Amino acid sequence: MSHEYVPEIAVDREGKEHEVQGWQDDIYGGKLGFWLFMFTEVMMFGSMFLVLTYYFTLHHQDFLNASAGLNRTLGGTNTVVLLFSALTMGLGLLKMRAGDVKGAKLMIWATIFLALVFLGIKAVEWNAEIHHGIFLTLPALQAGNPDSLPFGQILFFGMYFTMTGLHGFHIIIGIGIMIWLLKRINAGKVRPDHHILHFNIALYWDLVHLIWVFVFPYFYMIGAGDIGGVAHGH
Amino acid sequence: MSKTYFDETHCAIGHPKSTFWQWMLTIDHKRIGIMYAAVMFTFFFVAVLTALAMRFELYAPGAQYMDGDTFNQAFTLHGVIMVFLFIIPGIPAVFGNIVMPLMIGAKDVSFPRLNWFTFWLYIVGCLVALASLFNFNIQEGELLFNFADTGWTFYAPYSLNTGTNVITTLVAAFILGMASILTGLNFLVTIHRLRAPGMDFFKMPLFVWGIYATAWIQLLATPVVGITLILAMMEKFFGIGIFDPSKGGDPVLFQHLFWIYSHPAVYLMILPAFGIMSEIIPTFSRREVFGYRTIALSSASIAGIGYIVWGHHLFTSGMSDIAKTIFSFLTFFVAIPTGVKFYDWVATMYKGKIVLATPMLWALGTIVTFAIGGLTGVTIAMVGGDIHLQDTYYSVAHFHYAILGGVVFLLFAGLHYWFPLVTGKMYNETVAKLAFWMNFVGINLLWFPMFIAGYLGMPRRYFDYLPEFEIYHEVSFWGAIMLVSGLFIMFYNLIQGWRKGEAVGVNPWHATTLEWHMPTSPPPLENHTKVPYVDFNPYEYHHGEPVVKFDENMKRID
Repeated sequence: MSHEYVPEIAVDREGKEHEVQGWQDDIYGGKLGFWLFMFTEVMMFGSMFLVLTYYFTLHHQDFLNASAGLNRTLGGTNTVVLLFSALTMGLGLLKMRAGDVKGAKLMIWATIFLALVFLGIKAVEWNAEIHHGIFLTLPALQAGNPDSLPFGQILFFGMYFTMTGLHGFHIIIGIGIMIWLLKRINAGKVRPDHHILHFNIALYWDLVHLIWVFVFPYFYMIGAGDIGGVAHGH
Repeated sequence: MSKTYFDETHCAIGHPKSTFWQWMLTIDHKRIGIMYAAVMFTFFFVAVLTALAMRFELYAPGAQYMDGDTFNQAFTLHGVIMVFLFIIPGIPAVFGNIVMPLMIGAKDVSFPRLNWFTFWLYIVGCLVALASLFNFNIQEGELLFNFADTGWTFYAPYSLNTGTNVITTLVAAFILGMASILTGLNFLVTIHRLRAPGMDFFKMPLFVWGIYATAWIQLLATPVVGITLILAMMEKFFGIGIFDPSKGGDPVLFQHLFWIYSHPAVYLMILPAFGIMSEIIPTFSRREVFGYRTIALSSASIAGIGYIVWGHHLFTSGMSDIAKTIFSFLTFFVAIPTGVKFYDWVATMYKGKIVLATPMLWALGTIVTFAIGGLTGVTIAMVGGDIHLQDTYYSVAHFHYAILGGVVFLLFAGLHYWFPLVTGKMYNETVAKLAFWMNFVGINLLWFPMFIAGYLGMPRRYFDYLPEFEIYHEVSFWGAIMLVSGLFIMFYNLIQGWRKGEAVGVNPWHATTLEWHMPTSPPPLENHTKVPYVDFNPYEYHHGEPVVKFDENMKRID
């Protein structure tokens, strides 16, 4: 039911013709728009890193102690899983560009699978932490009771659950839009010659994994060294 | 092809037959702009009447019509509506939508469906804000008035402890923020991609420059307040401790994060307003604008400088002296590009053929009121002065002179300027001028006494005061009555003009920019008949007449 979009021609005073860019079929506009949207994500997570850095400076030792208690094996595995998912996403886009729609779909499925693995590991981690009595609203993270952690640790875990939670939310959104992308590919709306949606979703996924690349060291690695005789792991 | 272009593309979903659904689902930028205006001005009047109720209470010392708690909710309601529902979407949502694509010769914005979605996101935000007014008690069938009482700034820790509906209000502000981001994103891509061939950045009308600078602020600053509101919600739901001193958190951090957005937000309000001024002044002086490039670039530099001055809101909240000094110093810098603009506008009028039509009157009035608002801003940007004047009526008067006397006055100027473009008709000039003078005298009567009261120590946000301040509140009250009457007359006149005004041609003001070269008035769907090739400057006048003329196919014939 859609017309073939034919760009208009503007004529200057010398009679020279200039093609008019319409809002229809504007690939670069679509890319630009999505890049701008990515800026907003950067500003949002950037503000949280600002908060984190501020409290890290204020409560240095508490942050290191709290970080030492996180499970670096699971966190590290998740980092690798997410890096691999970025690879599969990128390969999918390359296959789409090369005209291999079937391969592209396979790669998107692989990305979805890795994203689910990431969420699964995340769930195991949070579960273990809840088991240790560390979760939002539990007594350890509330002030003024015998189980209360020191100020800095309360803040560390408050930010930890907020930021990894918000990141996890982005993963879930990502899975949703990848399934939508698969439907669009099946419907023939995303094709090798018209794959702006695929491009933008790949861009989104890159940003999601990039944010994790900063989240991981800031929460998991700062307490990894043997600082002040702090015990490792759980 | 049998289907018209309208059927194919000008509704977001389907091809409804009824006019009502065609409007609700429209992706046409002009219709969306008109709908924004309708909703925004409705809320504007709610907030105006709330403010008037507060003025009634303040006419005499002591409690007359409302108690302290209600007063706290009233000024919060006034602030939240005016800031988040009215002035932040403000000029970009109305004139950015209606006029900007016409000015650059585009058929629509870059993402028309996103524009439609954004409008409805804004409506959802408005509804959530309305819902936060009340507590619904289903069992007892009660409806309690329980709006947030924190002021529109939601400062922690009070906002985290109060029992009023702060969370709902935060959600509303967050949704409205998202709408603002998406508007900015859409306009940025539109301005980058859809300018008519030949129109480079320095051939764009200055209003488009204003919208462009604003869009960057919308895009880059709003996420910061978004995450701040999310952190405040997390704090209220889960007690993560970020802003809670009892867990080692720092409430001042909330103020920092809040103002990192909310200070650029005032430039987000004023920059498109300056853009309107830059359209009106050359048109009604029949003269090319003086210093086009300096006006354009000063918009960009105000947007840039606006990011690094937020600390001046925290001079008394606990900040190191060196930080205060730096923030104070940086704040003065904003006055430079603003001053450049003002001198450019005055220089444009010099030796021009000035036509004192209503839009020009509003613009000239704004030069007075905004100068007062802007210069008093410099006085409270000084650390020493601010210690004395902050949280008094002085800063209230400064803010309202700058925002009402600057942004809203210019919004009204734009309303009168583009009224014949949008409706194809003309309002009654005499009544419009009367309304202007009532507003102009009203705003000065209303707020100038507050400078004196504030200087003498009248604190803001109090519902009671010492007897020696009574005279200032009385004068303010009569100013408010005058202003509100002026507003009602103005809107009545505009509505009457729309209903039965005299039809005017496509270019009643002898303006030069592209939106005045439409085939019909009001403009048709899909805008210009043909996209023109732009090899001229936006404001070319010769002996008081526009230079550039087009034939019906948008080919130049001069």
